[in-house]
Amino acid sequence: MSRQNTRLDVKKVNSELFTLTYGAIVSQLMKDYENVEDVNKQLDRMGYNIGVRMVEDFLARTNAGRCYDLRETADKIQYAFKMYLGITPALTNWSAAGDEFSLTFDTNPLTEFVELPDNYQNLKYSNILCGALRGSCEMVQMDVSCWFVQDQLKGDLATELRIKFNKRLEDAIPAGED
Amino acid sequence: MTEFLSSKPLFKMNPIQISNMRQKTSILDKSISKGKGEINMNCFALMFSELVQYCQGKAHTVNELQTRLSDLGQEVGMKLIDLHFLREKNSKREIKLLNMLLFIKSTFWKSFFGREADKLEHSNDDDSTYYIIEKEPLVNKFISVPKDKGNLNCAVFVGGIIEGILNSSGFYSFAQLGLKFKHSINNTEKIDSTALNFNAKVTAHWHKGTTYMVKFEDHVITRDKQMDEHEELGFSAFGLRNLYNRYPTAMVP
Repeated sequence: MSRQNTRLDVKKVNSELFTLTYGAIVSQLMKDYENVEDVNKQLDRMGYNIGVRMVEDFLARTNAGRCYDLRETADKIQYAFKMYLGITPALTNWSAAGDEFSLTFDTNPLTEFVELPDNYQNLKYSNILCGALRGSCEMVQMDVSCWFVQDQLKGDLATELRIKFNKRLEDAIPAGED
Repeated sequence: MTEFLSSKPLFKMNPIQISNMRQKTSILDKSISKGKGEINMNCFALMFSELVQYCQGKAHTVNELQTRLSDLGQEVGMKLIDLHFLREKNSKREIKLLNMLLFIKSTFWKSFFGREADKLEHSNDDDSTYYIIEKEPLVNKFISVPKDKGNLNCAVFVGGIIEGILNSSGFYSFAQLGLKFKHSINNTEKIDSTALNFNAKVTAHWHKGTTYMVKFEDHVITRDKQMDEHEELGFSAFGLRNLYNRYPTAMVP
């Protein structure tokens, strides 16, 4: 199979428009919900919806084949970050069993102009990323968990997103069919 | 840092130390980016779709939904224009209505939406109404409006951005600006709420693609005309512009 050149030259938009729009969403959520945990959940849900649809776009554009281990998946995730957000996170801290790794970001376009007030230290500002990863992995039959280990917004040196592979999802056969 | 504080509740920090620590991580210490960053459009489109869905869940009517979108847009617009003026050291604030609209249509649109808006028109029968026309707004690219929400136009978000820009870029009447300034000096009482009234209202309509209808309040139009007269009489607008530049809106609470 001849591998087509990956089509990275998709249309782009200004990243600041993106950053501030995301900021507007988060601040709206903060206004609408009293509990910070609910905001985190809502962001995760939004991310999930995005991930579910984004993985399709990714597969269509990159001709990516099947991954045979998590390291391959990690490379693809890294590439997807490059493709969609223009950043290349480092793949670090692999667990011994090879089922867990971290994405480490120097910069995060989502948090470009953001400063967390002291009383909102529980807010997972970029939680939408966790949701997006969970959603997109689920669509390729992988059940993963994602969470933030470090966050630059909270004074850490880098932002670290941990991904753990839980299990492979089997294709569920719709009820009533053999 | 929080862990540190919570694990040792007895440890008391004096205020100076705290402010020192904060300074280290303050966002103001970072230099402002050049603004050339770009991200994938699909990414933006999907996020915008989430935004619309969220607002839809909170709103009961199409109008309510549009208001919510417009409000969010205004927040974005205010920040985008601040960013623009902060970055472009040489650009001056426009004080003339038409110039400001042209600036939005061309320079602003180009830097944040990638190309200029298609047209800027002035209403024939209403002095205070202008139209910015865009055949295919960025945000509407992947949106198809269901039949039961016929007149919904999600570009009202962009309309909100325009509104945010106009209302935060010194399009106050002169008297209002003076009033605000006085208050901020005296710092005695809160700003009269009328001084914060919007001066422009922007709505989005399906017409030749999408048309943003910009309607200014009468006093803005009157002021603009006065400025023309002054110029004819030989006064330069320099003094006024100087004042706007010296006290940009960001400084006025």
